[in-house]
Parts: sequence; C-alpha cells; structure tokens
Amino acid sequence: MAENEDVIAAIVGIEPGSAIAAVVAGRADIMALTQKTHDSALSPENPGGLSHAERAALAWRMAKINDNKTFEDHFEALLEKAGAPDAAARMADIWFDGGNDIRAKALIRHVDLVAHAPKQATRRDIELLQEAGLADDDIVRLSELVAFVSYQIRVAVGLELMRGLA
Amino acid sequence: MSEIVHDFTTDIPVWKPYVTPLNLADATPEQLEALKVTPSNTKVSDYVLVLAHDVETLTHRSPLFNGVMYNSGGLSRAEREIGAVGASIVNRCIYCAAVHASRYNQLTKSTDVIAAIFADGTEAEIEARLKAILNFAVKLSKCPPEANAADMAALVEVGLNKEEILDLILSTSLFGWANRLMHTLGEPIRE
Repeated sequence: MAENEDVIAAIVGIEPGSAIAAVVAGRADIMALTQKTHDSALSPENPGGLSHAERAALAWRMAKINDNKTFEDHFEALLEKAGAPDAAARMADIWFDGGNDIRAKALIRHVDLVAHAPKQATRRDIELLQEAGLADDDIVRLSELVAFVSYQIRVAVGLELMRGLA
Repeated sequence: MSEIVHDFTTDIPVWKPYVTPLNLADATPEQLEALKVTPSNTKVSDYVLVLAHDVETLTHRSPLFNGVMYNSGGLSRAEREIGAVGASIVNRCIYCAAVHASRYNQLTKSTDVIAAIFADGTEAEIEARLKAILNFAVKLSKCPPEANAADMAALVEVGLNKEEILDLILSTSLFGWANRLMHTLGEPIRE
C-alpha cells in the first residue's frame, strides 16, 4: 500500500462522490492526520527497537483480536512489504505465545492484553516488558502502536456502520 | 501518603508514569517541536513527556486530538465528551474518565448526567439522545467492537445527523487510543 494512500477510505470503501465521502470530507484534516499517524506507528523513519516487520505482525495480530478481516489483510500486506522475516511473521500467529524467545513472548503478551482488555493492565505489565529487555522508549513505541491500531479499527467500524444508513 | 485511585470520580487525580518521562534537557529539536516547547512555554506534563519517547506519532497525535475534541461544527463539545467517557468506562481509565467527565460537567453546568453514568453505566437514566450516544460509545469501545446497525439507527432516531455521528465515532475511537496509553503507562494517584 502506498504511503500516501488513505487506509481507512480503502478499507471502508469510501467512493469519491458518495454521501459518506462528503461527510468524511468535513473532517479531512482528521483523516489526513490519522493516515500520518498510521505511517508513523507502522513504518516510522526511526523504528527504534521495534522493526517495521514486527510492527506489522503485531498489528495483524491485533486485527485478529478485533475480529476485523479487512484490517488483517491490510497488515498482512504491510508485513510482506517489510520482507516478512520469519521471527517477526510468527508473532502474527494468534496461537504463538513467543515460545522460548523472552522478548517476543513479552511483546505478544502485552499486545494481547492491551488490545483486548486494557482495563486489566497494571504497573506489573510494564515491569514485565522492562524485565524482558525493552527500553522505556520502545515501551512507548509499542504502546502507541497498540493504541493507534485500536483507534483506527474503531473509526473504520463506525464508518462502515454509517455507510449502512439509508 | 499517596494512594492509587480505583473508582470513577470527577475529582481529577495526579497521573504518575510507570516509565521515565523524557528529560527536557535531553530533547532533540524534533521532540521540542512536537512538544511545542518555547522559551516562554516550558511547562510540559509528564504524560506528554512520556509520549515524546515516540516523537513520530506524537507529532501528529497532538493536532489530531485537538481537532477531534474541539474543532467547530458537528457534534457539540459536551456530547463529544460523552464519547470519551463511554470509552474510558469500558477501558476503566480512571484518569481519562475524570478529566472528560468533569469537562462535560463544566460545559453543561450540571453534574446529574455524569453521576448517573458513573453509577449505572449504560443503564443510567438519562435523556434518550445521551443514552443512545453513550450506548454507541460503550459498544464501539469493546474488543472486538460490538456496535451494530441497530445502535447506529438509534443515533439517527434520537436526531443525530451524519456529521454529528462522525464526530462521535472519532471522539469515542480517540479514547480507545488515549485510554490505552494513559491507563497502561501510568496510574492515577491522590496525594
């Protein structure tokens, strides 16, 4: 997917000239910032300790947790674009818990928790990431990834429901 | 003695991060730009200093947040706050709920609606329009999202137009984002 393509418009199927396109155009600034944040969270210029492939794989995992097939396809495509190295690609497998890889296990555990049940998160969950070797800046990068993807999926789900109105 | 706040409140707590906030003295020019730090404006919250560790998202996140909550037209500012509160209840972000519930109270000069929502959630006895807004926000915030066509139709039925519905979708979703930062990267404290 091209960097400048609007992921939400593509996923919701917002056709130029349609009624929903006119409504969304009223908030074009928000939609453009949403796309820019998508690119910053999934394929940042400085990825720190979280590679583009790992970000795509974890986002794909989140799309599965959110039961959203179109976002699954989108993040799968991003993973392929990032070269889909085996170690990263495995993290998209919802039945894989990281195995013996302490770092992968911590990333997966945290993504699953915060995507699905953020209310259960405590100080201990951040300590587990630190104990697995994540630096504080990478913990923030991971948190923004999970938080942003959760936002983007909900915007698309809402727009799909709105498109269904007569 | 300070203690962690576990119950919903409109008395805004202090937010204490679990990770170390950026030290302003160590900030890069890009981080200073995203933080909007100027010689006359050096007050930056711990929350934003934590987020500055990921400057590429923060750069876009700040204007996006302000646009969703405060831009003109569409849904009233107070009703956008109900979207924020609905998400914050689902995700149990005590801090976000406190900030946005108290903002709703300031905007409407009333405390009844928030008191009812904190006591009874989506069963709160509030006017039909607010009830439909809260119900949609709560269901969209679940994981996976549970909002459906009937919930969307209910918004139309209570009088929301499509521009207002878009703003509700955005403010609710925005707090799916904000709650996952605020509630997981730190805790609300009463000092």
